[in-house]
Amino acid sequence: MHAAVIVFPGTNREKDMADALEKAGAPRPSMIWHREPDLPDGLDLIVVPGGFSYGDYLRCGAMAGNSPVMRAVAEKAKKGVRVLGVCNGFQVLTETGLLPGVLLRNARLKFICKHVRLRVENPTPGFTGAMADGTVIRVPMAHNEGNYFADTDTLDRLEGDGRVAFRYVDEADQPSEAGNDNGSQRNIAGVLNEGRNVLGMMPHPENAIDPAYGGDDGLAFFKSIVQ
Amino acid sequence: MTDTAITSQLIAEHGLTEQEYETVLSILGREPNITELGIFSVMWSEHCSYKSSRVWLKTLPTSGPQVIQGPGENAGVIDIGDGQAAIFKIESHNHPSYIEPYQGAATGVGGIMRDVFTMGARPIANLNALRFGDPSHPKTRHLVDGVVAGIGGYGNCIGVPTVAGEVNFHAAYNGNCLVNAMTVGLADTDKIFYSSASGIGNPVVYVGSKTGRDGIHGATMASAEFSEDAEEKRPTVQVGDPFTEKLLLEACLELMATDMIVSIQDMGAAGLTSSSVEMADKGGVGIRLDLDRVPMRETGMTPYELMLSESQERMLMVLKPGREDEARKIFEKWELDFEVIGEVTDTGSLQLFWHGEPAADIPVSPLVEASPVYERPWVPTQVPAELKTNRIETQESLSDSLKAMLQTPDLASRRWIWEQYDYMIRGETLQRPGGDAAVVSIPGTKKALAMTVDCTPRYCKADPETGGRQAVVEAWRNVSATGALPLAMTNNMNFGNPEKPAIMGQFVGCIKGMAAAGLALDFPVVSGNVSLYNETEGQAILPTPVIGGVGLLKDSARSVGLALDKPSETIVMIGATVGWLGQSLYARYVTGSDDGAPPPVDLELERETGLFIRTLIHDRLVSACHDLSDGGLLIGLAEMAMAAKNGAGRSVTIAAAPDGIPAHAFFFGEDQARYLVSTSQADTILSMARRADLPAQIVGQSDEVSGENSTLTIGTESPISLASLRSVHEGWLPGYMAS
Repeated sequence: MHAAVIVFPGTNREKDMADALEKAGAPRPSMIWHREPDLPDGLDLIVVPGGFSYGDYLRCGAMAGNSPVMRAVAEKAKKGVRVLGVCNGFQVLTETGLLPGVLLRNARLKFICKHVRLRVENPTPGFTGAMADGTVIRVPMAHNEGNYFADTDTLDRLEGDGRVAFRYVDEADQPSEAGNDNGSQRNIAGVLNEGRNVLGMMPHPENAIDPAYGGDDGLAFFKSIVQ
Repeated sequence: MTDTAITSQLIAEHGLTEQEYETVLSILGREPNITELGIFSVMWSEHCSYKSSRVWLKTLPTSGPQVIQGPGENAGVIDIGDGQAAIFKIESHNHPSYIEPYQGAATGVGGIMRDVFTMGARPIANLNALRFGDPSHPKTRHLVDGVVAGIGGYGNCIGVPTVAGEVNFHAAYNGNCLVNAMTVGLADTDKIFYSSASGIGNPVVYVGSKTGRDGIHGATMASAEFSEDAEEKRPTVQVGDPFTEKLLLEACLELMATDMIVSIQDMGAAGLTSSSVEMADKGGVGIRLDLDRVPMRETGMTPYELMLSESQERMLMVLKPGREDEARKIFEKWELDFEVIGEVTDTGSLQLFWHGEPAADIPVSPLVEASPVYERPWVPTQVPAELKTNRIETQESLSDSLKAMLQTPDLASRRWIWEQYDYMIRGETLQRPGGDAAVVSIPGTKKALAMTVDCTPRYCKADPETGGRQAVVEAWRNVSATGALPLAMTNNMNFGNPEKPAIMGQFVGCIKGMAAAGLALDFPVVSGNVSLYNETEGQAILPTPVIGGVGLLKDSARSVGLALDKPSETIVMIGATVGWLGQSLYARYVTGSDDGAPPPVDLELERETGLFIRTLIHDRLVSACHDLSDGGLLIGLAEMAMAAKNGAGRSVTIAAAPDGIPAHAFFFGEDQARYLVSTSQADTILSMARRADLPAQIVGQSDEVSGENSTLTIGTESPISLASLRSVHEGWLPGYMAS
């Protein structure tokens, strides 16, 4: 498996992402600096990791979303290469137009760093294919703008197409308000594109890969990606 | 601007006394121009010169086999084996944070991280110690909100986890909040960078952000009391840009991996002035700067403004000759300014030029050496008499007192704060916020560092010397309670106006206590910061000498936290309890008494008890450990029970108080040198304690029940549901902030 991790100025979870992929059995991914005009051939997976690309002083992900490297990522995505965006990466993918919706400021207007429960929905080959539908994993979130929003038609289409990949759930595994810390529409934590080869999600499975560090539920996700 | 007349009013506005100005005249042999006056002013400000504190700081223990670099550099450096070093320091940003809490706190975090990565370390963790006024004071909520958001905003963006901290609320901080930020970094011992300039003719290079007019005279502001017009000082507060700092961090570390750097110094307080003066002074050389080459953010800036600006995210360095272009490429990659602005000279002077014309010429070593040192008069604090336990009477049940105390501002959960900090980025945080000390593992090894910040200001107010000792031993205990060997500390001395003998007496007392404790525990001070003049309208803060402690775990698998995760174990208290209620939180919150002497600190006993605890953890005889401090035994037990893995707690039955000690004194007294451990081998531990001549007793039992149905039962009182305790403990701070 050949994976590449895109690094913008201000990206800060590229190491965590590379560690997680490696722990799941992939070779160490290539780190692609944002100014590199071309992506390598033969990529199986492109990851846009978390951080504050270009400082995110404009709308989160807006600068990165319009950067040359993202045009290259979009081209690869069109050809079917898998693209995973986590946290800031999810924001960037919505700004690029690879995924529908936007990430608004958290409902309570505060940065939130805590473990949340995610329910896997519509297991998708290449991402969550090896995880059973309805599996609940406990992984951290750490963001200020993770409140997923899209208009009702878009949300209905996402649901109808089975493109909701993860939903926030409470202790009883229900997608209630209690489990929805950032206020996302319909508790959506991750969505897929129409081709099901682009996945964006707010929480950080890459920070849940070792029981000594708060749990390893995220590892199942990466193993599913790598296998 | 050289035409500006140097009047006595201008001199006074620069915070220089008449006598200090006389010294300026004798050093220069002439009248200074305005730029030179500004340079003397900031270099001799309390903030930069430590003129009131220096004679006393020298009495602190600063050496040991583990110390690679003690105080005097950007940060302290200790050896953690295998060719690795931990580099750390704590620093205050009190005055700016009161005026503009978000930016004040944010730039405090940015400044301390630069101190650490200037020395070649990658920052691996941030900590903070915060003090706010009474919750009922109209400014408190606004300050808490802004300071926490500022700390999070900066640290989260740069990608360094914020892993531990402490917070107190007290009316003495109504007019001066305290924001002390600490950073711990990791470096190889053969790749540590220092600030001493050398090599005549070597280029002096400016990198990072452009210079603007922000923060001019910040150091002078931090060297005076606030009056009613504190708000008007807002323009002296710097504005932080964590994105640029992240780029600066990565660019500097990339440059440091080469051999191009001779020396490097961050531009913190007093910006270009203190960085260039310190680099020249340490190297015994001169520095020439062409100020018109400094990258500027604003037009029309003067040499005076350039030398005094405290714009953030800037560094000054001396490069090896001929390497400028190579180095420039790295900074261009990271889209940062890189400008050769001068060179190292053999003149021994700081010579500034502006478009080729001389703008200032000051001999460096007299500027530094003639920096005033004051032996301020001081009077010792009158220590109150011991508070007799029987003078505190109560009818309240222990369960009710426990419930009441868990929702007081000083003991309530800090979750509302630390959930706004990214504490798990980098994936190395083993022990998260909410425990005794945070534990952060060192990648590629079995090692980990334990770290904590501690101080009990109410003890320091009542008895500065005991309070100074206690701050050190509490940090040392918190590190020990994880199983780590405490190695060294950094200190942040926050006090009022040192020109008042009573305040100076608090400072002296705390230093004496800290020095004694540091010596007795082999716990040297390797870096630190002093913040004086924390007074408003003559009202001083509580003396607050914050200790940041760092310790080493050689095998992070042999470490424990405080949570009662294992069922059906015995809870043993190591250490003696007389039921000391003087200055306790119980006395303060339940009986409304601020009387009495704080608990005495027996350094020899602390040392032996800490060693014993570390042995128990290393030998895997205990599954959890918690140091006892604020609130005493019952608070400690409740914290351990509430922290259990499932999130809802584990049931615990607590033995009644022994005969001879009133129950409330036994359970809420704040006797020192005590720890709680959870174990399945209580008999072994009790007999080990007997052999070590240390007091130990069984105080409780955890059972199988955990989750929503778990309870805490004290002696013969009815069981209390842990869910209800948790709800009041977790509820106070969010409720307060939302109200």
